Amino acid sequence: MFFQQLINGLTLGSVYAIIALGYTMVYGILELINFAHGEIYMLGAYLGIILLAFFTASGLTEQSLLLSLILTSVLSALFCAMYGFTMEKVAYRPLRNAPRLSPLISAIGVSIFLQNYVMLTQGATDKVFPLQLGETVITFQDVRMTVTQVSIIAVSALMMLTLRLFISRTRIGKAMRATSQDKIMAALVGIDVDTIISVTFVIGAVLAAVAGVMVAVYYGLVNYTIGYIAGIKAFTAAVLGGIGSIRGAMLGGIVLGLMESMGAAYVSTEYKDAFAFVILIVILLIKPSGIFGTDLPDKV
Amino acid sequence: MLLPFKGLESALILFAGLALGLTAIFLIGKLRIPTAAWNTIPSAASRYKTPLIISLATLFTVCPLMVNNYYTDVLIMAGIYAILAIGLNVIVGFTGLLNLGFAAFYACGAYTYALLNTKLGLGFWVCLPISALFTSCVGFLLAVPAMRLRGDYLAIVTLGFGEIMHLILNNWDSLTHGPNGITGIAPPMIADTSLSDLRYFYYLVLIILLLSLMVIRRVELSRFGRAWKAIKENEIAASSVGINTMKYKLFAFAFGSFWAGIAGILFAAKMQFVSPESFTFIESVLILSMVILGGLGNTYGAVLGAFLLVLLPEVLREVQLYRMLVLGIGLVLLMRFRPQGLLGIR
Repeated sequence: MFFQQLINGLTLGSVYAIIALGYTMVYGILELINFAHGEIYMLGAYLGIILLAFFTASGLTEQSLLLSLILTSVLSALFCAMYGFTMEKVAYRPLRNAPRLSPLISAIGVSIFLQNYVMLTQGATDKVFPLQLGETVITFQDVRMTVTQVSIIAVSALMMLTLRLFISRTRIGKAMRATSQDKIMAALVGIDVDTIISVTFVIGAVLAAVAGVMVAVYYGLVNYTIGYIAGIKAFTAAVLGGIGSIRGAMLGGIVLGLMESMGAAYVSTEYKDAFAFVILIVILLIKPSGIFGTDLPDKV
Repeated sequence: MLLPFKGLESALILFAGLALGLTAIFLIGKLRIPTAAWNTIPSAASRYKTPLIISLATLFTVCPLMVNNYYTDVLIMAGIYAILAIGLNVIVGFTGLLNLGFAAFYACGAYTYALLNTKLGLGFWVCLPISALFTSCVGFLLAVPAMRLRGDYLAIVTLGFGEIMHLILNNWDSLTHGPNGITGIAPPMIADTSLSDLRYFYYLVLIILLLSLMVIRRVELSRFGRAWKAIKENEIAASSVGINTMKYKLFAFAFGSFWAGIAGILFAAKMQFVSPESFTFIESVLILSMVILGGLGNTYGAVLGAFLLVLLPEVLREVQLYRMLVLGIGLVLLMRFRPQGLLGIR
């Protein structure tokens, strides 16, 4: 039971961690809670379903399941990257110097828009995944692990590692770190801050899209509301780890996933979704800076 | 519009269409709308204050006599939302504390009356102060720990509170009957006359709305209102001139929630039924949109916003389905072109 929940929690947690990275990177640079980030993840899941249906219809899935899954993820990520890019340009860039409330409200607007757009075009009911993956189950003593779960954990780990290397080793990564420390100084030393912000949104959207495809494969159904709930949970994960911190988001996501599946197993299934909110409120009250965050005093 | 297609094949085209649409919005974003014309609205409104008030008062007094029951119903809802909006305006508009869980306080007022009435048989007039004060206390109790947080974090905590409230209402079957809600709530009575007739209820809501407007205007112009606005402008500066910011922020939360309680009990008494459906996150966003559309920090603006957002979808019946879609785009465009709302001055 315990190890079973550990595996489930780890799967869920790595998905939260990937989505949380998008929140934490954007917050680190813009100090903006990107409310619409969860919707990008939802779009990713829907695109996953649409593309897989397309590949199944065209016969690619029968020839090579792996290839069609990879193609689905890549195309979905590309499309969501476009969304992330456009979203930032339309809804956030014009408000760069506005009062803090404005971009937040704009973000809520984008989120409602995308949610309702998908509801109107795709219908309000659950969409079932068109593909039945032949679930190979790995059994170790009495713990069951599906191939999907293992691949989700593996892909997430790979993506987090890549992101970490990208941020610590490349020029763009260095520019991103500089921008999040001080935008004006970064601009003074020749970094194009607007481009860096766009890149941040694009990376966040790519991560969210892949998370969406993985979740769609894992649960086998999507719904236009999944983005909102997952978004709040991922944000909780980001806060738990210390918002603005990359490794914090990764750790926070996994801790949250574990807590949630343990809570559902040992405390109450009905209030499963409430755990994230309770954890969020408790952390914010006890240590708002999270595990890896630093306390910033109010500036005059 | 391409919206009604639901097939998987057409979906791809639709997503591509959306991307094109977003690009189009981006190009529109480069446009500039002259703001001078906008800014004459508030000053014109204050210049013609007396005739405006008289005509509005007459209009709203005779309104239910001229329209059918359906529109009276819509007007009642507009009135209830107006009370909610001016309550939220105290928290977000005056004090600058973003509250994304206002529907939870609304629910609190509605369920307090629903439970007291169905379980204990208490009447509307007894419950009115109880509901309002209880909601106010809940607001205060949430605010005590939450006030230690800054800006965005406070918004997230209130959002979390709203979700928790929704989950509790949905899952605590023995008390709230879960998703089925509570039925058979008594309408208000005045000397053995039931106010369940929509026209009577309309006047009840109208009177309570006017009373709340009076009270809130008085408070806004008092020491409290000035302290709130000082905190909104600059909290550190406010505390350095001797304003106890914590005290005033807590009071703003309790005072704003009070009106949510009033609106909640009115809603429960009108519908004679409450269920968690009515108190979701979207509801909170809707109330917030009313405040923002009218103009953050402007009490009359909040009322205007509430009436616009309730009445417009009724008038434009064809767009009913696209209501939330338009609301989303509207919020983005409003922030872009007129962040201070219809009646606000920057």
